[in-house]
Amino acid sequence: MSTRILNISDMAGGNGAKTQRRVIVCAGTGCVANGSYEVVQAFAEQITAAGISVTTEFKAEQSAHDLRLNKSGCQGFCQMGPLVTILPDGILYNKVKVGDVPEIVSKTLVGNEVIDRLLYVDPATKTHCKGIDDIPFYQRQQRFVLKECGVIDPEEIQEYLYHGGYKAAKKAVLEMTQEEIVSEILKSGLRGRGGGGFPTGRKWEAARVQKSAKKYVICNADEGDPGAFMNRSVMEGNPHSVLEGLMIAARAIGADETLIYVRTEYPLAVARMKRAVEDAQKMGFLGDNIFGSGQSLNCEVMEGAGAFVCGEETAMIASIEGQRGMPRPKPPFPAQSGLWGKPTIINNVETLAHVVRIINQGADTFRELGSPASPGTKTFALTGHVANTGLVEVPFGTTLREVVLNIGGGITDRRGKVKPNGFKAVQIGGPSGGCLTQEHLDLPLDYDSLRSVGAMVGSGGLVAMNEKTCMVSIARFFMDFTQRESCGKCVLCREGTRQLLAMLDDIIEGRATGETLVLMEKLALAVQKGSLCGLGKTAPNPVLSTLRYFRHEYDAHVFHKHCPTGQCKALAKPSIDPAKCKGCTACAKKCPVGAITGEKKKPHVIDQAKCIVCGACADTCKLEAVVGV
Amino acid sequence: MKVSAILEKYGRKPSRLVPILQAVQEEYRYLPKEVLTYVAMVLDVSPARVYGVATFYSHFAIEPKGKHLIRLCDGTACHVKDSVPILDAIRKRLKLDGKQTTTGDMLFTVETVACLGACGLAPVVVVDGQAHGQMTPESGVEIIEGIISSEQS
Repeated sequence: MSTRILNISDMAGGNGAKTQRRVIVCAGTGCVANGSYEVVQAFAEQITAAGISVTTEFKAEQSAHDLRLNKSGCQGFCQMGPLVTILPDGILYNKVKVGDVPEIVSKTLVGNEVIDRLLYVDPATKTHCKGIDDIPFYQRQQRFVLKECGVIDPEEIQEYLYHGGYKAAKKAVLEMTQEEIVSEILKSGLRGRGGGGFPTGRKWEAARVQKSAKKYVICNADEGDPGAFMNRSVMEGNPHSVLEGLMIAARAIGADETLIYVRTEYPLAVARMKRAVEDAQKMGFLGDNIFGSGQSLNCEVMEGAGAFVCGEETAMIASIEGQRGMPRPKPPFPAQSGLWGKPTIINNVETLAHVVRIINQGADTFRELGSPASPGTKTFALTGHVANTGLVEVPFGTTLREVVLNIGGGITDRRGKVKPNGFKAVQIGGPSGGCLTQEHLDLPLDYDSLRSVGAMVGSGGLVAMNEKTCMVSIARFFMDFTQRESCGKCVLCREGTRQLLAMLDDIIEGRATGETLVLMEKLALAVQKGSLCGLGKTAPNPVLSTLRYFRHEYDAHVFHKHCPTGQCKALAKPSIDPAKCKGCTACAKKCPVGAITGEKKKPHVIDQAKCIVCGACADTCKLEAVVGV
Repeated sequence: MKVSAILEKYGRKPSRLVPILQAVQEEYRYLPKEVLTYVAMVLDVSPARVYGVATFYSHFAIEPKGKHLIRLCDGTACHVKDSVPILDAIRKRLKLDGKQTTTGDMLFTVETVACLGACGLAPVVVVDGQAHGQMTPESGVEIIEGIISSEQS
């Protein structure tokens, strides 16, 4: 068995796969919701009907004439889905419907013709982009962790092997000592991608030196930040890369048991990780005598049960032990005493995926990108009011402008149209992070620069907001979230977040006074100081950061009882700008309570006594004449 | 009894309480009180410990859920893209008041979830496990109407 395993590249099935044509349909969560499974089905039927031979299994003996139909993981360009890639032609069709499939089969697969109308059109230049390399969204990225996502079939271990998979794990197990692995990771300067940015090598070293027969490695895949889905995409698109990183970590500290703790809200990621573990076991990469080394290593996939706080290391350990997921004080650190009191390291999904590349290519290659203190690349989930939402991987040190305005394609208004000066703020790092404004557009994104402006990398959620977004209600949104997710152990976190939420409600509903703002700031600082874990320590960040950068919006709510964006219903006073209104009567027809009156072709007015501030008029008006809602 | 089989599968270990409760909920769609007591007895832990875990995690429900589960994503991306009006519209259509999440006829349960990770499609509503992207209050109500009319026919 060991001789077979030693030749990983032979197991991948030679060169057969390289020359044949492949149709890859994205089967990430986003594309599936848009009907990609139906598209795969249609392809299978239409291809057979057209008389082309098609294989769905990865086989070494396939001929170059065979066509291969695959599902892939998330390619990161979710809003354009379902995405269909045709290789080796390098064609990317987007928003493919079942009805488009016959045309793709007859024109592209049989006739070798590109169908222009299914190509992505660059909104800036209006040119049709044939493939990934021509689309600015991808062009400006440097993808390593996401490189194989969307190319390989995540449910086929052979494809991962074909792309050089498990070489690093094999090297770590058979050729490297524990010290060598840890020192390579230390040299790389890799910092944890899950939030805090703690140096991974130091964590490993702390666990490695512990003298214990039993040690554990846990992969933290409990991506709880609302607005972040990087880890989901990596698990769905390239689950073996996570597993391989986990195996290297286990080898480095001398652990024989590993566990992947995945959010239950990610059913597809759970299924793909489980499949990856099973396949790796069959191949002899997991289980007894891994890679013929005589060592054993096991891996289990566990689903979380919907508690944000379980992303915190000690809370996750409690959850795995069958307890309420509540954190405990550190020290002792999990590296000294973690799961069942044994040395344990917990690494994020993306961190582990980077480990594979560091072992394969060396720490120096890894350090070529990024900044000296934050080396390598980072994936961000770019969402909100941007033209291109999706996954972005760029080196640390890339500016916010590049990510949001260039890769993201600019800020959009409520109708989804790009607005040149629409940028208001970006929330980074989710409920633990802060907001960045216009003045930070040229700030290089890395751990330390973000901390200096009161924000954090966090797991990498980037939510862009246009000028119609009320920052007070954004702060309220996050406070509502952390207040619900507080485990209740620390008084200041449990009661403090609730009080902060109540104060924000007062502000939004017009009950606040100047004193509310003073009290809120004081309490926010107290919650930071008086909480045990990261959740409580960072919970006030959205409040403090919006207070710092958008004080005028708070002042408007508190002192003038006015919401500048009109989003806060209790303070909104919708009115019609007579200069803009052309009297088309569209808003009057839409108003559910008949509050809008006026003659045809003359400016209309809103009766404040009748108005229920539903905003239907503003949504209807094409001239943006309705203001204040 | 299915619960016994579940407990057996996890070796009757109290450490496996979370996966045990997940499996029980999969079976019953919620965690009935008498089952929680039974689980505690078999695992030889206090009912308070089991109840404590069951109420800690938002995924666990100790009240029965409706036949159709509507989960509206209120993650940051969905929130800034106006998920709340969709929730309001659906709740209004189903005549849900205050904190009520399940309709009187047990046909619908409407919940919000923090983030489903499908932010590219925001706002997202998941109806009986199937995700629908780029929703509006109108399309949300349309889905509800569809289910109601198929239930009646």
